[in-house]
Amino acid sequence: MADVAAIELKNISKSFGKKIANKNVNLTVNRGEILSILGENGSGKTTLMNMIAGIYFPDEGQILIDGKEVVIHSPKDAFRYGIGMIHQHFKLVDVFSATENIVLGLKEKGRFNHKAAAERVREISSKYGFEIDPMKKIHEMSVSEKQTVEIIKVLYRGADVLILDEPTAVLTPQETQKLFDVLRKMKDDGKSIIIITHKLHEVLSLSDKVAVLRKGEYVGTVETAKTDESELTEMMVGKKISLNIDRSEPKNCEERLVVKGLNCVDREGVKILNNVSFVAHSGEILGIAGIAGSGQRELLEAIAGLQKVNEGEILYNNPKTGSCDNLRDKTPVQIRDLGVRLSFVPEDRLGMGLVGNMDIIDNMMLRSYRKGKSVFLERKAPKDLAEKIIKDLEVVTPDAKTPVRRLSGGNIQKILVGREIAAAPTVFMAAYPVRGLDIGASYLIYNLLNKQKESGVAVIFVGEDLDVLIELCDRIIVIGSGSITGVVDARTTTKEEIGLLMTKTAESQGGEQN
Amino acid sequence: MKGLNFHIAKREPMVWYKNMLVRAAAILASLITSAVVIMLLTQKNPLEIYASMLSGAFGSSLRIWSLVQNTAILLCISLAITPAFKMKFWNIGAEGQVLISGLATTCVMMFLGDSLPYPVLVIAMIAASVLAGIVWAVVPAFFKAIWNTNETLFTLMMNYVAIQLVAFFLKYFVKSGSGVLEPMPQYGLPVLFGQSYLLNIIIVAVLTVLSYVYLKKTKHGYEISVVGESENTAKYIGINVRKVVIRTLVVSGALCGIAGLLLVGGTNHTVSTTTVDGRGFTAIMVSWLAKFNPFYMVLTALLIVFLEKGAGQVATDFRLPGAISDIVTGIILFFIIGCEFFLQYEILVSKNGKEND
Repeated sequence: MADVAAIELKNISKSFGKKIANKNVNLTVNRGEILSILGENGSGKTTLMNMIAGIYFPDEGQILIDGKEVVIHSPKDAFRYGIGMIHQHFKLVDVFSATENIVLGLKEKGRFNHKAAAERVREISSKYGFEIDPMKKIHEMSVSEKQTVEIIKVLYRGADVLILDEPTAVLTPQETQKLFDVLRKMKDDGKSIIIITHKLHEVLSLSDKVAVLRKGEYVGTVETAKTDESELTEMMVGKKISLNIDRSEPKNCEERLVVKGLNCVDREGVKILNNVSFVAHSGEILGIAGIAGSGQRELLEAIAGLQKVNEGEILYNNPKTGSCDNLRDKTPVQIRDLGVRLSFVPEDRLGMGLVGNMDIIDNMMLRSYRKGKSVFLERKAPKDLAEKIIKDLEVVTPDAKTPVRRLSGGNIQKILVGREIAAAPTVFMAAYPVRGLDIGASYLIYNLLNKQKESGVAVIFVGEDLDVLIELCDRIIVIGSGSITGVVDARTTTKEEIGLLMTKTAESQGGEQN
Repeated sequence: MKGLNFHIAKREPMVWYKNMLVRAAAILASLITSAVVIMLLTQKNPLEIYASMLSGAFGSSLRIWSLVQNTAILLCISLAITPAFKMKFWNIGAEGQVLISGLATTCVMMFLGDSLPYPVLVIAMIAASVLAGIVWAVVPAFFKAIWNTNETLFTLMMNYVAIQLVAFFLKYFVKSGSGVLEPMPQYGLPVLFGQSYLLNIIIVAVLTVLSYVYLKKTKHGYEISVVGESENTAKYIGINVRKVVIRTLVVSGALCGIAGLLLVGGTNHTVSTTTVDGRGFTAIMVSWLAKFNPFYMVLTALLIVFLEKGAGQVATDFRLPGAISDIVTGIILFFIIGCEFFLQYEILVSKNGKEND
């Protein structure tokens, strides 16, 4: 079976305008094989897969299926060749059932028979070990169930080549494990699986072969059994990078921020934070783990004075004056006027932390423009700060007058983190500060956070990569559906323990609703 | 088109003189296109038509004064709406804000003209018009800030209220019943050096510089930009968005008030439902074309007034229906606005033999 590759790409190139997304990429994947496509953000992984799935069309090069050259113009063409792609962002109709979504768009003869279709869905599920209720509506499903629907949708259409774009980004460790089991079963069934990812340990545990892309160029393919993390990183980044985060022991810990019994509701009156209490110490990195959207954002925004608090207290112990202030129901300006040195790197960098259309200098000014009584702006100090950050953090930009939206994700984040650090905080909150950043930039951010910790700042770090949380933080609180489900010592905990805590309340509450 | 692929890509920013070159090319192309259209439709010599346009705008000192005066008024209204637009508050109610200020000015002139000493009268006119403009702008702003109502509909409806108030005023207070209020130049703003429009022009010139400074160099201006670009960022850094929205619309309305004052007190000395004559809407184009930069607005306002005046002259000189000159104006604006696309994007052509079937 392995004589002829299921899919072979020859010298595929694709550019968008002047930006080259893929250049001379060569790939093969055989039947009954799992291939990982590894690369940093922006290295062209998704573009490449979109060309196989018929969403983009290559500028140059050939696609061969079972040794024959084919032209894939649309996702329909791709399905004809048995190729199905599971996108990172699900494309499902919320009010439809799993089955309805799965058969949607298929032209089958006769009237739609919900029961018969559901039966087929069940067949496919049991064959590969999916757990799904075919009649369940999408809006009642968890993220991993939705993903299952997407996968079955592709299988239902008879796909024998499956492409998965960052499938584990939204899953807990347990769910990831389940998904991998299913994928292995499919592989044994002779299907070809291509999985896009940037998580090394997943690559190593799942795939047979790894193809590495770097800045759109094809670096090479290696067999998983014959490689290790550091070789893959080097291929991905182009230079050797130390993957160790130096974690020092917390020093001079004092209770800096004490959150007591915090309750918040959203506009519709749904509870988003439920009796949240914790303490952030100076000289310590406190991690917050949880499935995306479990209340992490609201928690940080409540502390920053951006989210209305219904109950509870946010107490700040001022190291200078020794006084203890309640930050609840205070605006960001009032918090600042109290002498609370709170820095906040929000999740939405360009929509909240920075203004994309303004240049670096004006973005520096966001924090400082109020200083002084004059009605006029003072641009000298922000300009100096901008230049200092560009130099210290090696921001790649033509000059300080470039609008920040023109910069790459990593450089945008350096500007934001740099500005927040320059405010000399005593509490530093960062929400997903390395999302979308390449490895080099991520480690730079980790080091900056570590330096803040060493200088006595209370750092609160909301992260999604559990490996990083465990390596970087001192303590980790786990949040599930707006409640704190556990506090663990990062030095002794395991991913599995955190993963279980992440789903604890989510599952028990889900059970109550049904 | 077999084998050719077109795609549109965002361009790297170009150097300024290249930008200017593209714009000049666009104007040239628009003139050529209009010439062809004129020849096809009227069999007249397009060069004569262009000559007539120029003469309509610059043909005599009176015409030049009128051109500059009209530019000043349009520019003043454009300056007024700019802070709101920069904040992404779509104030399309300048028409009503200017008109209601004009009405307020008229009322002061008519009812207090005889009883107040002249300097006090002028101050009263200023106060009345600015206040009226502010009220007309702040009401929608207040509703937007507190209840998040749609400012576009609200400001638009306020226009009709203003127009109907003027119509009512004319019907009720013009004793002859003609509905036309006789001008009252005796109560107008002071005339400098015998030039009736000079004061208007000076005031607007000063306002242009002040607007530039306000938008680019002050903390208020900075806050307007931040709120306009991203309300979330504004909240994040602790800007009171409601306050900024209302404060900015006070500024916007006050400037509309000054436009109304200049229009009635400095130019017409009377009011009618067509006093503003759509300039509240034209100003939006002036402001956008200039990318909200007050100095560029001088040019865009001049361009639009020039086209209007020129087109009017063409219609008279050649006894052409007004529609022809509107077509020419339309073509020229189409090219000027259209060339902005080519300044930001480029069209790439790539050859590819196999992929199109």
